[in-house]
Amino acid sequence: MITMTINNQDYEVAVSAEMPLLWVLRDVIGLTGTKFGCGIAQCGACTVHVDGQAVRSCVLPVGSLAGRLVTTIEAVGKTPAGKRIQDAWLDVEVVQCGYCQSGQIMSAAALLAHVPNPNDADIDSAMSGNICRCGTYVRIRQAIKQAATGKTVAMQTVANGTPPTPGDAAGRPR
Amino acid sequence: MKTLEHPAPSRRAVLRGAGDFALGFLLVGRVGPARASVSPIPQPGDAAAAAADGTPAFAPNGFIRIDRTGPVRLVIPNVEMGQGIYTAEAALIAEELDLGLDQVVLEHAPPNNELYATALLGEQATGGSTSSRANWLLLRKAGAVARAMLVGAAAQKWNVEATALTVERGVAHHAASGRSAAYGELAEAAAQQPVPTQVNLKSPADFRLLGKPLRRLDTPQKVDGAMQFGIDIRVPGMMVACIAACPTNGGRVASVDDAAARAITGVKDVVRLEDGIAVIGEHFWAAKSGVDALKIVWDRGPNANFSTSRLFSELEQTSRSGKPIVARQVGDVNQSGKAIEAIYQLPMLAHAPMEPLNAVAHVRPDACEIWVGTQVPVRAQTIAAKVTGLPPDKIIVHNQYLGGGFGRRLEEDSVGLAVRVAKAVDYPVKVIWTREQDIQHDVPRPAYYDHIAAIVNADGMPVAWTDRVTGASVLRRWAPKAVRADGFDSDTTEGADNPPYDLPNLKAEWVPFEMPKDLPVGWWRGVGPTHNLFKVESFIDELAHAAGKDPVAYRRALLQKNPRVLALLDLVAEKSAWDSPRAARIGRGIAIGSVFGSHVCVMVEVEVSPERAVMLRRAVAAIDCGFVINPNTVEAQIQGGLVFGWTGALYSRLTYEQGAVQQNNFNDYRMMRINETPPIEVHIIKSSAEVGGIGEVGTAIAAPALGNAVFSATGIRIRKLPILAALEAA
Repeated sequence: MITMTINNQDYEVAVSAEMPLLWVLRDVIGLTGTKFGCGIAQCGACTVHVDGQAVRSCVLPVGSLAGRLVTTIEAVGKTPAGKRIQDAWLDVEVVQCGYCQSGQIMSAAALLAHVPNPNDADIDSAMSGNICRCGTYVRIRQAIKQAATGKTVAMQTVANGTPPTPGDAAGRPR
Repeated sequence: MKTLEHPAPSRRAVLRGAGDFALGFLLVGRVGPARASVSPIPQPGDAAAAAADGTPAFAPNGFIRIDRTGPVRLVIPNVEMGQGIYTAEAALIAEELDLGLDQVVLEHAPPNNELYATALLGEQATGGSTSSRANWLLLRKAGAVARAMLVGAAAQKWNVEATALTVERGVAHHAASGRSAAYGELAEAAAQQPVPTQVNLKSPADFRLLGKPLRRLDTPQKVDGAMQFGIDIRVPGMMVACIAACPTNGGRVASVDDAAARAITGVKDVVRLEDGIAVIGEHFWAAKSGVDALKIVWDRGPNANFSTSRLFSELEQTSRSGKPIVARQVGDVNQSGKAIEAIYQLPMLAHAPMEPLNAVAHVRPDACEIWVGTQVPVRAQTIAAKVTGLPPDKIIVHNQYLGGGFGRRLEEDSVGLAVRVAKAVDYPVKVIWTREQDIQHDVPRPAYYDHIAAIVNADGMPVAWTDRVTGASVLRRWAPKAVRADGFDSDTTEGADNPPYDLPNLKAEWVPFEMPKDLPVGWWRGVGPTHNLFKVESFIDELAHAAGKDPVAYRRALLQKNPRVLALLDLVAEKSAWDSPRAARIGRGIAIGSVFGSHVCVMVEVEVSPERAVMLRRAVAAIDCGFVINPNTVEAQIQGGLVFGWTGALYSRLTYEQGAVQQNNFNDYRMMRINETPPIEVHIIKSSAEVGGIGEVGTAIAAPALGNAVFSATGIRIRKLPILAALEAA
């Protein structure tokens, strides 16, 4: 039996210590926001935070997690950096297919938490482990800068001919 | 993906007719038959969803369901795989219905060719940049018909003229009497209204949604982890399977020792298939560990000697001695002048969508239920029927959001595999492909061997142009009915047989090539044009260089009769400061193309190091896709399409030795990353021309612009992809 804390909730799971965190999240606990992409820490789709650091959960044995705090995409919006990143992702309309975006956001949130005003080199360094096959990289860069500076740096999209307002642009909750 | 010129006409396509597309924005007397062909609920094949959703009070066609309360439900005929079509198609309907996009919820269309076929493809499929082109009027008509019936119901209720009513955000108003009613209140009465024999579509000047930069409706759930992709499906009692597939396509299991696999905690079953072994476990990790513990002896089958070197030598041989089929011939290519020729070779490619292939299947004695993200829901249903022996109406397909498609999910092999596994057990099974399986058992983009030649006059301008494409056909397998009577597959020369240039003497032809059995090839984003634009635009660059002319000036001279494309070239040349000085080792490349009903031009600037590392410094693109439905998505598709195309151009090739793919995962089948991606400026032309496709033009134009930039920087002409390998060999 392995105990761990995920998104501020304690879990006990009956799995082997070598089982990667990714599959515990997805197939045992049912937190499917964290994605499987490669299984060898090459694509970053499985990125989560362990004690605030971005890590690839597809190669992280759960046995190593006792006493450590795991945060996933489902809860990263409760951190200040995570919330700013998610808001910027919405404003900039980063996503296309969206499959890699959980991992992208987790990497970006960890970056912003450690480097409040990242430059291009910081972004390259923190984000180059995350592959996006749709090629949303230009907007990812824009969104990270917007999250950091609060300044609109991207094309702002609007719905119904009216500028976006917090809380309701296309009727989405914020 | 290919636009089929002569698809087998579905009943709906016939009823819809060709004529009503030509009438512009006022449609008179033609919507009746179109509507009559789309039936209201129940939606076959989606019984579970229909039951969960309840019966709508008003469902005038397959796309719109209006309940007494709650948001209007829109059934979107195409699938969402990142291209933004759910938002675009919802906007087409909502525009004519006078609804905000915040007032609708979207539903995946169940498999039903009668209701949801894409007219340009002749079946319910999403690909070939056809969705907006095919459905631009169809969906607006669907919305306009529904609006007319709702307004008619209100007019009857209030005993006033329908023309005296206005609609604002789904509420009908009668100004004179101050009465108003929401669509939900009118739904039951609307269902009793006669189907209008004529309906007006909005003038573009009145659009509130179309043409505006719309927010995607799927973004919020994609930034908080809530979005459900096929791989995220969990149904009660479900187990997870991992597959050990024969390294050689067409091979079989000779023998297996599964004792160690079965001993692993969490492994539930081991299923022997002809061509592989499925290990089923309580979770993927157990299943994967089980696969790793199998001891399998393979009979590698008839393809055990297939190799990439053999493939290209056979392609070359076929190009020389095979019988070509002429795609298009104009003028007389027997001209005098200086001959210039080149061979271009393109490798086989994997799709590698970020969401590995997967499907959940539950086979019961009387029915089979499937959850999958697929570009071809009806084909998914059909293969499940074939595997189970059940009639198609007993196959329930729940389509899902796709974590990328790019043509890979135009194949239904992953569904067939999941059903084969599920058929062996009495519980639902989710089959998840490993990334290695995804890359090694793709239905890859074919390889090509192209011989292109020109005769140039004293000014270096082409007076004759010939292009002989040699490669395997996707269409002959995927849609044999769409192949021309003489066997010609128009995809093979799309983008090569009708370049935008003034080329009065041209012959483009295709020499068919047969891949070995069990090594089928498939659609890959940008399909024909991705392959052909690389060659055509690289070769134009070769001609410009041979003539001692600037590549932009050379193209400009050939575009004097094509002002629409010339305008794009001029715009990109200006915005990219094409003529500005550049430092050593920095090169600029330009490419233009007219494909998928759109026109595109891109400039790429690169720096190539002495070690021949290629760094993309910046890119400037201009796109003319006719009327722009959602500029937000157009920009994103051009940026993303370019990255997809550059990834392929720089890094990608699937190679085979002894019948097996040599690449494994993202470590040796590389993807472009953020640190390798340049700023990409996109200029969108305002236009009222016919709607063009947008999902693949960026990909198709990426490689030639990059190859030309590498030449500009190094003097090395890239005639064989991928670029990094070509530079290494040069």
